[in-house]
Amino acid sequence: MSDDPSVVQFPWPTVARQREGVAFGMWTFLGSEILFFGGLLLTYAVYRTLYPQAFNSGSAATDIFYGTINTALLLTSSFIMTMALRGSESGSRGVVAACMLTTAAFGLAFLAVKGLEYAEDIDKHLVPGPHFPLHPPARLFFAFYWVATGVHAIHLLVGILVAVFLGIRVALRQMAPESTAIEAASLYWHFVDSVWIVLYALIYLPGRSGA
Amino acid sequence: MSETVSAAEPGKAPEESEQCESYLEAGGHTLMSWLTTTDHKRIGILYAIAITFFFFIAGIAIGLVRLELMSPRGLFLSDDEYNRLFSLHGIVMVWFFLVPSIPATFGNFFLPLMIGAKDVAFPRLNLLSWYVYLLAAGFACYAIVAGGVDTGWTFYTPFSSLYSNGNVLAAAAGVFVAGFSSIATGVNFITTTHMLRAPGMTWFRLPLFVWAIYATSVVIVLATPILAMSLLLIIAERLFGLPVFNPNDGGDPILFQHLFWFYSHPAVYIMILPAMGVISEVFTCFARRHIFGYAMMIYAILGIAVIGFFVWGHHMFVSGESQFANLMFSLLSFLVAVPSAIKVFNWTATLYRGSISFEAPMVYAMGFVGLFTMGGLTGLFLASIPIDVHVTDTYFVVAHFHYIMVGGSVSAFFAALHFWWPKITGKLYSEAWARFAAVIMFLGFNSTFLPQYIMGYTGMPRRYHVYPPEFQAYHVLSSMGALVLLTAYMLPLVYLTWSLFHGKKAPANPWRATGLEWQTPSPPPEYNFEEIPRVDTLPYEYHPENQGGPFRPQGKVIGGK
Repeated sequence: MSDDPSVVQFPWPTVARQREGVAFGMWTFLGSEILFFGGLLLTYAVYRTLYPQAFNSGSAATDIFYGTINTALLLTSSFIMTMALRGSESGSRGVVAACMLTTAAFGLAFLAVKGLEYAEDIDKHLVPGPHFPLHPPARLFFAFYWVATGVHAIHLLVGILVAVFLGIRVALRQMAPESTAIEAASLYWHFVDSVWIVLYALIYLPGRSGA
Repeated sequence: MSETVSAAEPGKAPEESEQCESYLEAGGHTLMSWLTTTDHKRIGILYAIAITFFFFIAGIAIGLVRLELMSPRGLFLSDDEYNRLFSLHGIVMVWFFLVPSIPATFGNFFLPLMIGAKDVAFPRLNLLSWYVYLLAAGFACYAIVAGGVDTGWTFYTPFSSLYSNGNVLAAAAGVFVAGFSSIATGVNFITTTHMLRAPGMTWFRLPLFVWAIYATSVVIVLATPILAMSLLLIIAERLFGLPVFNPNDGGDPILFQHLFWFYSHPAVYIMILPAMGVISEVFTCFARRHIFGYAMMIYAILGIAVIGFFVWGHHMFVSGESQFANLMFSLLSFLVAVPSAIKVFNWTATLYRGSISFEAPMVYAMGFVGLFTMGGLTGLFLASIPIDVHVTDTYFVVAHFHYIMVGGSVSAFFAALHFWWPKITGKLYSEAWARFAAVIMFLGFNSTFLPQYIMGYTGMPRRYHVYPPEFQAYHVLSSMGALVLLTAYMLPLVYLTWSLFHGKKAPANPWRATGLEWQTPSPPPEYNFEEIPRVDTLPYEYHPENQGGPFRPQGKVIGGK
């Protein structure tokens, strides 16, 4: 399977080289993504340093139940994504297709829970606006909350679409299970998962320990 | 190009065919064949067409501004129209011309050719990045047609987020989307350089243009996302009322400036590093000398790329940064001048005892070195806090960055265009007209921007619509210069287009240059080389000892000359 013509693409000389190159390209892109979220995390760091109390009260207003469920969902999805990658390495079409689609399903479940959480937040007027219930600097916390979770959800949606697309193509035999796209998709998925772990700590945990 | 031989038949070994079909012939002449191409050379040309269009859009905007400034009381624009025109000029020139200018056109076309690859690492992603650029351009055009933006190219908060009544959303969205295009191109170039170099093309045999594009791509990949996030935060504030930079809620507008300049200062190097790469290629070729200090040139490129990330605070000396931060940023800004100066000295030393000839690319390149040096030296003025406080937001700053961006990058763009035109099109242009245009461009540029240094230093603020009459002489001189500059920019459009139809056929290597791109036919075949070349020497062997012959190519290319 080393130089399977259905896997190797122009202008790569061999599958091995292509695999290396695709992973390299994806890592480079993820470097860019880290800086993208880095800009957001910097604003968080600045404002939390300036207004620690407001950030604690903002965090207390979030619902840690939804956040924790979602963390569990995403961590599980990453585990299944890794199984898809294992399946790709051993060339088993069924495993790749099934795991890709299951991963996407977990991603959708995350979005559904997130949607419930958003609906509740809107009910509680936690969108910065005229009826916002907390002391003003907490508006900065919720500005971060909406931008960060929104941007993360868009990333996740892209990941879901990619996983469904690849899963279906592999299932329909339009794509070899060894395709180098599987590794790229899994790298991306794990990145989006990792971002959530950071966001979980920044959004739900401040001020909850001790008193 | 009627004599082109048809492509080799499937069973036939490539060496037996006399010459491959050129990339202009292969795939056909239809519009669809261009719009669906994944050939890096065609994509380079698609970019060239798009950025030329935006160059003239932004040029018209600033032409109107310069006309308006002929009189101290203004001539025909309202204050608001004036603000919208210079903002349009800045936004379009920076993100829709300068950032993609050399990398997306010449980088796309020549990076794979110079490293001996058949294409970039991800050809379809490459085409996608052009379409993403077009989408971004659509947003920008909408912002222009719907009435324009009045924030300046810097989108400073809280004006952009709370007060401006221009089309900030559309413009910011355009720049945001253009960032994706840049990042996709950057990822593609980095991966290509790492993974697809020909056998023997080691890192320290890469031509300096490749090094420059590589370093630029790294800066693009690491800096652009920060701009994307800062624009997204503005969009969130305007569209959804999420108060990120709103001082009424405790937000900090200065934080936006930090984020913005964390991108926008490295962006200066995104615009100038590729230019430096071009100049290195041209100088060494037309001085017939090995580039002086090849390894130092590489370290200088990397030094600029790295230190460039740590100088952004010098845009904010008067924004209330701490004195300590100001001192650090001042020091680092002086430091970034060191590798830049190394490059200028090395170009100069390359000329020493060379046999210099003044073909058009060389004339443009020489113009670059002079203008870049002036822009760089005035940059040192601005890195020094006391002088910067004096000239902040004056025409001195405007003149400084135009010497770098226009005198530097645009001159280098034209140097590259003339240097590689025979390779891209297979045609030779009129040398006399090209030299004439280069000289006119140099003169027009100086008469436009030299007066701006003087009036800026004596107190003329930038972005002002009406001004005290004592500055009128400088403004008139500058506007006249802009007219000369316009002529100089129109000339290549004419004689280069003429050469497409009536120019003499270019040989494979008209400049007797050493790079791999010159060893393959002009214009190159669809997959660049019939067989991946093998590289066995350093670049720029223009006076090889004991080798015989006037120069030594980096590698043999089958089917080339």
